[in-house]
Amino acid sequence: MLEFIQDNIQPYFNYWVYVILMMIGLWATIAKNNLIKKLIGMSIFQTAIILFYVSVGVKGEGSKIPIVNPYTEAKSAEVVGADQHGEHGAKGGGEKYIVEPDNYANPLPHVLMLTAIVVGVATLGVALAVVQMLFKEFGTLEEDEILAQIKNADSASPDV
Amino acid sequence: MKWIALIAVTLTGSLLLFGVGDFPEWGDPHSPANQGPKLKSGEQVSKAVSQDFLTETYEVTKVPNVVTAVLADYRGYDTMFETVVVFAAGLAIFAILRVFGDGSDTPPMRAVEDDTFVEGDHSRIIIGTTCKLLIPIIQLFALYVIAHGHYSPGGGFQGGVIMGASFILLAIARDLKSALDWFSEKNFMTLASVGILIYAGLGVLCQFFERNFLDYGALKVFMISSDHPEQMARSYSMLGVEIGVAFTVTAIMFAIYANLSSRGELKEGL
Amino acid sequence: MIPIFDYILLIFLIVAAVISLKVKDLLSASMVFGIYSFLICLLWAEMGAVDVAFTEAAVGAGVSAVFLIATVYNTKRRSSD
Repeated sequence: MLEFIQDNIQPYFNYWVYVILMMIGLWATIAKNNLIKKLIGMSIFQTAIILFYVSVGVKGEGSKIPIVNPYTEAKSAEVVGADQHGEHGAKGGGEKYIVEPDNYANPLPHVLMLTAIVVGVATLGVALAVVQMLFKEFGTLEEDEILAQIKNADSASPDV
Repeated sequence: MKWIALIAVTLTGSLLLFGVGDFPEWGDPHSPANQGPKLKSGEQVSKAVSQDFLTETYEVTKVPNVVTAVLADYRGYDTMFETVVVFAAGLAIFAILRVFGDGSDTPPMRAVEDDTFVEGDHSRIIIGTTCKLLIPIIQLFALYVIAHGHYSPGGGFQGGVIMGASFILLAIARDLKSALDWFSEKNFMTLASVGILIYAGLGVLCQFFERNFLDYGALKVFMISSDHPEQMARSYSMLGVEIGVAFTVTAIMFAIYANLSSRGELKEGL
Repeated sequence: MIPIFDYILLIFLIVAAVISLKVKDLLSASMVFGIYSFLICLLWAEMGAVDVAFTEAAVGAGVSAVFLIATVYNTKRRSSD
């Protein structure tokens, strides 16, 4: 049992937790009756996805945050000319820094997830607005009561 | 419903957990996501794009924070339309929730509890005074986060949210009315549009200099006294883009709060 | 990355997620969801994603909890499950 944990769970613990959180969120979105609880479940689902992406970008214990400090990085002896790098090269001869990419965390998942969080809160706001309108219409936040009211209204006026 | 959910969740979860074992270990610097795809023999097929971002960004843009550089420059289209999504969410809230008129024909959904505010209630005074001191500091910090996003963690999204939160704090501590006196509905919807216009306008400005949309290197003609005109043009354009993002996010965060807390009437908040 | 800190935070995260879905008072659920957001913000700072952590601290722990509370205030506080 201990060996199983050490071999199969400990190195992948972030990924296990991402699956667990995602399933908690999915279960809440399907099975919870209250609309706000459903939205909290949806947010948990979203953070689980972000957890997966950020976990992919981690690079070992020695890795730093993805902010390159030009004053601590080593400079190469060669001077970069304009012809070497095409039009992106430094004019007038700048120094070239040797940045070792393995020392820094992977920035790409961070960028993708940063915008996802802000868009997530905007969509949460829209969802909460819809919830408020439903409450105004039906006077309740419980899904089964709303469905029962819709059914009653349908059976009361079958023509419409 | 609960049983269906339980079956679906168990099935999906066990399948995903089964797949977890095939991932590279957590924190492996040599994983395909960090170093690019590899053959089974260990031969490298190609480099991962994130390695190029890390090695080249400082030379090409003079921006130390790689995340900001990738966000505002390399992936400029993506960020622009994310901002448009935020703006569209604000418009959607406006369309869903906003009601006009004095609202006297619709009865209040909840009885207003007057007993929370009594004469000589000092807690209100304490909260109001504290917020009066705190809000300028929060706004100053938000401006710092926006302007310093190149060099430290931060940027338009974070600074915009902090700036919006300062107005939300004002609305909570006093009432929505005094927050709206500072930042009326007309103003925040205009500001949201102006933010996107700044972003898209910078992109279009590049096209006037015969480069692609959002290729900020075209703006090097404005960098007269700089040693590295192209790099500095990209660096400053990123600042402009972040300011545009911050405008939109500030306005939309406050708009969402104002509409949600007052049921779309923009009269009395929490 | 700091493995021990990571494991502790992840366990707390599952606990906070379950509590925020189990609590019947929606105001408490919103607050626990704010705690969940703050924990996940710490987790991202630990993994080196400082920009994501900053965004989450401002958005998740700050603004989204306020949005939820504003909606709970304008609707009902009790939940059946």
